[in-house]
Amino acid sequence: MTTAGRGGPGAQAARRAALLLLAPGLLLITVTFLLPAAASLLLSLSDFDLYAVAVPADARVVWLRNYVTLVESPLFWAAFRNTLYFVLVGGPLSVLVSLGAALMLSADGVRLRTLFRTVYFAPVVTTLVAVAVVWKYIYAPQIGLLDTGLRWLGVAPVDWLGSAAWAMPSLIVMNVWKNFGYNMIIFVAGLQAVPTELYDAARVDGAGAWQRFWHVTLPSLAPTFLFVSITTMIGALQLFAEPYVMTQGGPLHATLSLVLYMFDQGFAFWHIGYAAGIAVVLFLLTLAGAAVQLRARRAPAAI
Amino acid sequence: MPRLAVRPATLVLHAALVAVAGLTVAPLAWMVSASLMPTGSATTYPPALLPHPVTLVHYRELFTRLDVARELANSTLIAGLITASSLLINSMAGYAFAKLRFPGRDRLFGFILLGLFIPPQVAMLPLFVMMREAHLVNSYAAVILPSMASVFGIFLVRQYVLGIPDELLDAARVDGAGELRIYWSIIVPLCAPVLVTLAVFVFMSAWNDFMWPLIVLTDGAKYTLPVGLANLAREHVQDAELMMAASVVTLLPVLALFVALQRYYVRGITAGAVKG
Repeated sequence: MTTAGRGGPGAQAARRAALLLLAPGLLLITVTFLLPAAASLLLSLSDFDLYAVAVPADARVVWLRNYVTLVESPLFWAAFRNTLYFVLVGGPLSVLVSLGAALMLSADGVRLRTLFRTVYFAPVVTTLVAVAVVWKYIYAPQIGLLDTGLRWLGVAPVDWLGSAAWAMPSLIVMNVWKNFGYNMIIFVAGLQAVPTELYDAARVDGAGAWQRFWHVTLPSLAPTFLFVSITTMIGALQLFAEPYVMTQGGPLHATLSLVLYMFDQGFAFWHIGYAAGIAVVLFLLTLAGAAVQLRARRAPAAI
Repeated sequence: MPRLAVRPATLVLHAALVAVAGLTVAPLAWMVSASLMPTGSATTYPPALLPHPVTLVHYRELFTRLDVARELANSTLIAGLITASSLLINSMAGYAFAKLRFPGRDRLFGFILLGLFIPPQVAMLPLFVMMREAHLVNSYAAVILPSMASVFGIFLVRQYVLGIPDELLDAARVDGAGELRIYWSIIVPLCAPVLVTLAVFVFMSAWNDFMWPLIVLTDGAKYTLPVGLANLAREHVQDAELMMAASVVTLLPVLALFVALQRYYVRGITAGAVKG
């Protein structure tokens, strides 16, 4: 029993200390994050604009008008679709590549395991803006590294970022390259946590390598999958720097994401109330996505 | 016999490992190579793969004619201050949540964990309005304040402190040490490994952060490296070699930090994943 846990002067001292130790952190998180996040909801019900930025009292309550404008805006739906495309295609692809890399790294008899792990992980720690600039030149039509390589293989060059059909897949490929190392590390840890007795038992029962993977490895990784897919989805919904740097949301708005749309509306046109509505949609999408995955995986994910 | 049977598979596995490593490194290697090429060589047809001759002219231009030296200083100052303050503030809160008893503690902790499900962008519009009201737009403080404390940082420290035995703290209490004294003289030294992990994490994300600095810094003299680079990339589209040099300068410090401290960084990732 800790003295701090009982009643009396010890408990009182603990309470005072807790208040003192927690105050800076909780105050900062509340003032710079939780309150502003909640304020987005209120702001989205107002016509807060450039004039209100100068004199906030000028903003008026317009109730759901921003949301009506939002659902009537083709640009909003383009951003919505593009973001879902990025999340639903890029997310699973990135998780699969991470799992593949983790399985290769964890296989028996791999030489230079640490070196490979470090190399695979390196893109994760690089600055997103910097690698987006690099990839913009890699994707350059004709003279870019990618088209040069393809021509060498006999494939016709493509204007990757200049084509409405290829621009989003190009951002997805770059994103997989940048991020697969992160989830790979988590999968490697998950694989290490699978009890070897399970494999031994499966072997005794005559299971081949594929059956052991399907019936032992994958089910054991269920909690890891849940964590990885939720965090990957939350990150993918926030797509911003790649289109900002590489395509400015084009061509033909093919890579306009929700956050880029929010940024343009809020900080280029100062339609702050309207942009806050986009932020609320982003928040609701995040919650809905997390809820769906938690529900779908609840049973096998019991930790 | 098993040795012979395994060999072709092992060979294929290693070929695949090397191929993936090649794909992973290629963009970064090309970036470094192109940054050393004479102007125009990276964007002629066919594009050069290796610099010929090697030149440092782009790096010189970045640091003399352009503002990269100042951006490097801004980034270092901002990321450094964020790291120092978040180590202190998050470790204080993490200790309190792990070891001090007060009414509603666990409910409060659970509540702030919900913050992990709120995208940071959701807070940015009101935060900008607040910063304007406080006359902090275009100040270092506006970039630093929102990153000084984090839910993830508090979580990381709390999980670590939970593993420190209560008896150790009780012994100090019997000797008459107060809770703040215990935090500073016992918890902080014992937490050194997790604090290094936190420091690497926080420094890297502060260094790489883009959207909020882009919003709140309006004057080129205050730009961080990523904001300056995005700006430069819009003005100098045709100057590929210069852009590659600017990218190298932007990401080399964090890459070097990672290579030096990767053990700690990797530990942070898996610690965060254990309990989600």
